[in-house]
Amino acid sequence: MRITCPICGERDRREFYYMGADDYLDRPAEGDVEAMHRYLHIRSNPAGVTRDLWHHEAGCSAWLVVERNVSTHEILRVELASKVVS
Amino acid sequence: MAKLVAKSPCAGLLPVTHGRVTLRELTFDRITSVAPFKGKEKVVSSALEKAVGAGLPDIGRLVTGREGQICWTQQEQYFVFDAELPRLNAAVTDQSDAWACVALEGDGTRDVLARLCPLNFCAMTEGDVARSLIGHMSAIIIWRSDGYDLMVFRAFAPTLVHELETIMRSIAAQAQIAS
Repeated sequence: MRITCPICGERDRREFYYMGADDYLDRPAEGDVEAMHRYLHIRSNPAGVTRDLWHHEAGCSAWLVVERNVSTHEILRVELASKVVS
Repeated sequence: MAKLVAKSPCAGLLPVTHGRVTLRELTFDRITSVAPFKGKEKVVSSALEKAVGAGLPDIGRLVTGREGQICWTQQEQYFVFDAELPRLNAAVTDQSDAWACVALEGDGTRDVLARLCPLNFCAMTEGDVARSLIGHMSAIIIWRSDGYDLMVFRAFAPTLVHELETIMRSIAAQAQIAS
């Protein structure tokens, strides 16, 4: 598996650390317990396209949003998380 | 500044030669990390241009100035080797003692590194810089005309030498069998 980092180019999967679903980018407001519970614990588990956070840990240190198909192993899109959030 | 007696990270381990490949230690008087503040890349680059004769390099590149060299090291961070810096609009930290630096030189250095590092070596040329892995160690890899400069965190120096030397031995032995 190879991921094309927007900064470094195509790199081996070993250089990346998997964080989890990109839900982590949408932190709910303080005090909303139900929303915080969903944010931390509730995930969908589709057999198809997912959007996940990866860290280019052994490379440029950028956080990436990787869109991939878990059934076909296709990587559809890679973006810098900083660009997605701002 | 007073020059104290320093023990280098690879003291007593290097240099070593196996076959036609040599591994030797590189020592820098000064390594400084420069991380420009948000939106200040241009200001920092021109300040460096004035001070050391080279501005910030492109992503994945190394530039040589009148004094020292500047190397891209990761997202929004650069290392300056062997140059005194003026006040910059950047987060600046002294990294001089934090890195073990070695040069892998000779014939067939690519075969040695290719066993330990997942990079696509065909796509790289002199002056290129990459952050990647050597074995399980996070490293800075710089392409030189006759090999590679490799940098890992100082505490990994013996592991780095061990990993590389094992491969150098293996490749030298294979060459002997083939001939």
